[in-house]
Amino acid sequence: MFAEYTASELTAIFAMQGFAGLILFSVLVLMALGLAIIFGQMGVINMAHGEFMILGAYVTYLTSNLFSEYMPSLFDGYFFVAMAMAFLVTFLLGMLVEWGLIRHLYKRPLDTLLATWGLSLILQQIYRSVFGAREVGVTLPDWMMGSYPLTDMVEVPINGIFVMVLTLVISIGIYFLMFRSRWGKQVRAVVQNRPMAGAVGINTEKVDRLTFGIGCGIAGIAGSAFTMIGSTGPTSGQLYIVDTFLVVVFGGAQSLLGTIASAFTISQAQSTMEFFLSGSMAKVLTLLFVVGILMLRPQGLFALKIRR
Amino acid sequence: MMKKAPPKATRDDSQASRRGLLKMLAALPASLMLASQISWAAPATSEVNTSGLAVTDDTVTVGILHSITGTMAISETGSVQAEKLAIEQINATGGVLGRQIEYIQEDGASDWPTFAEKSKKLLVNDKVAAVFGCWTSASRKAVLPVFEQYNGMLYYPTFYEGLEQSPNVIYTGQEATQQIIAGIDWVVKEKGAKSFYLLGSDYIWPRTSNKIARKHIEKLGLKVVGEEYYPLGHTQFNSVINKIKLRKPDVIYAIVVGGSNVAFYKQLKAAGIDLTKEKPLLLTISVTEDEILGIGGENIDGAYAAMKYFQSLDNPNNEAFVKAFKERWGDDIVIGDVTQAAYLGPWLWKAAVEKAGSFDIDKVRAASPGIELTTAPEGYVRIHENHHLWSKTRVGLAQPDGQYKVVYESEDLIEPNPFPEGYQ
Repeated sequence: MFAEYTASELTAIFAMQGFAGLILFSVLVLMALGLAIIFGQMGVINMAHGEFMILGAYVTYLTSNLFSEYMPSLFDGYFFVAMAMAFLVTFLLGMLVEWGLIRHLYKRPLDTLLATWGLSLILQQIYRSVFGAREVGVTLPDWMMGSYPLTDMVEVPINGIFVMVLTLVISIGIYFLMFRSRWGKQVRAVVQNRPMAGAVGINTEKVDRLTFGIGCGIAGIAGSAFTMIGSTGPTSGQLYIVDTFLVVVFGGAQSLLGTIASAFTISQAQSTMEFFLSGSMAKVLTLLFVVGILMLRPQGLFALKIRR
Repeated sequence: MMKKAPPKATRDDSQASRRGLLKMLAALPASLMLASQISWAAPATSEVNTSGLAVTDDTVTVGILHSITGTMAISETGSVQAEKLAIEQINATGGVLGRQIEYIQEDGASDWPTFAEKSKKLLVNDKVAAVFGCWTSASRKAVLPVFEQYNGMLYYPTFYEGLEQSPNVIYTGQEATQQIIAGIDWVVKEKGAKSFYLLGSDYIWPRTSNKIARKHIEKLGLKVVGEEYYPLGHTQFNSVINKIKLRKPDVIYAIVVGGSNVAFYKQLKAAGIDLTKEKPLLLTISVTEDEILGIGGENIDGAYAAMKYFQSLDNPNNEAFVKAFKERWGDDIVIGDVTQAAYLGPWLWKAAVEKAGSFDIDKVRAASPGIELTTAPEGYVRIHENHHLWSKTRVGLAQPDGQYKVVYESEDLIEPNPFPEGYQ
């Protein structure tokens, strides 16, 4: 297969391919973090995760229109404002949904699946009515498109680097939030033993609402970032939902570290196989691989050790 | 004659009052005429409708069947708008055989069994005289048995993979060979292309199309250096872009559809492949002006597309069409290949009905081959014996503003050939 290429060409391609794997890794982590918090920590099967992401994307779209209309001079930096707005909007909607819908279903976790699926259909139809059935094009500042040439042949996409840095920042942020803050301690306490946490004076309702809101907020940021690499339409969220659940379940639902490990495994497997096989085949093999591992290890890669 | 316009036709119609006025003006002299003269203007219902269709003395009912909800709503909205516009224009110029067209619109909801169910409803309950609809091949395949069983007439607008010819369908879009062969001949002749990388979404249309493309490329003695497919909705194309960089084809032949399209072109640009440099050159048959809205003109600038219609076509028919379309549906709307093909449906049906002198499906079918339209936005078209259209193929160069610049037009009409020999 590689006989006709020179060594330097091959090195360059493998370097770029390695980088493609890393980008895919960051994308998967970014997609899955919000869901890992909601599904893993709260046990809520949030089928509307993709729609929260697309809400973030639409907020980005609106912000970009706003800036190009009223503040064209600041357009280069609008993306950061857009991400903050996306977080805020999805965070608030998440809290609202938790208050109106989810909190009534904590005792019936499987019903959250149906309820949030219904929510996802409602949100899709709202997007369709408000923004139209067609996809919208989000204009990005010029500096975010194109690629940065490392050597003559190795070029790295700038938006890829952007996603990687963003993922890193958010992951570190969540680490501190979950494992170094008082709120994180409360969340973990509620996850491990809800009645006991309540008994020692933790306001479990408030913790739930905030957790759900933050999970949705991170989905919003992810959606905002994905306007760089994907489409923004009423049903675009559906493109992400399967992969997202795959990553979270494979990693072991309750472990954030597991989510990251699983994203890494899946992304490397997929991008390597995509390179040597065709795209559809790579996907099939990746899924088979994940199914195989889950058969051997139903709890996922990393399981939380708690006394029940 | 002066009876009030039925509610259906005026449902979402901002032109209702204007049409009402037109009708009154038209009715004024008519009401002065003798009864015999009126029946000369509009032949008696018993003559033009012997098979129990929904035809009255002054109306005829047709069906519109597209997805207005679900994934496919993105693509099908334009077709619905085009069909409504054509029907309104036909009504404003006197209707068909003296009858105003009313439509019943059903939603296929991007779900193929729903398409089948709704088409049965239109044919059996509503007894519509024709149906304009469907978009994906899957939805067409789902309604086909219904149309054949209940003998309906479907006008199908999308370019598709061919390998089908039903007496109950008129295909107003191009079948694969019309679109593909002319496009490939053009890049080979004009751009000196020698090697191709075939890429597509993983379902019947891209796969069949690439099969035809590969056969044709190999027949010309040129090389296919890669061929692969990604699942519908795939959003990560970095690996394939690396492979393209490694194999260095002259042409990337891309048939990626839906949301994947946006991801593919954005990532292509981000990976440093500048399409305007034409090294490699990109030729697609799946990106119309509609899709560019989502992709963003700046991300696809420099790509070539081979299809039969572009909004920028420079001819008087198209000028009038674009103007009317924008007046009806808003200034910022774009018109893609399929939208134009959908617009042809009602006009072709009207021509066939008038030639047959009857709404009966069998007579309309018999009259259809040879029907020609000189007023089509894409230029002259004619229905072939095989129910597809003779049409020209054009190559457009994508511009940053989201429009195509037409750089090539086939000299003659290309014969539709849904069952190409040696290409299957």
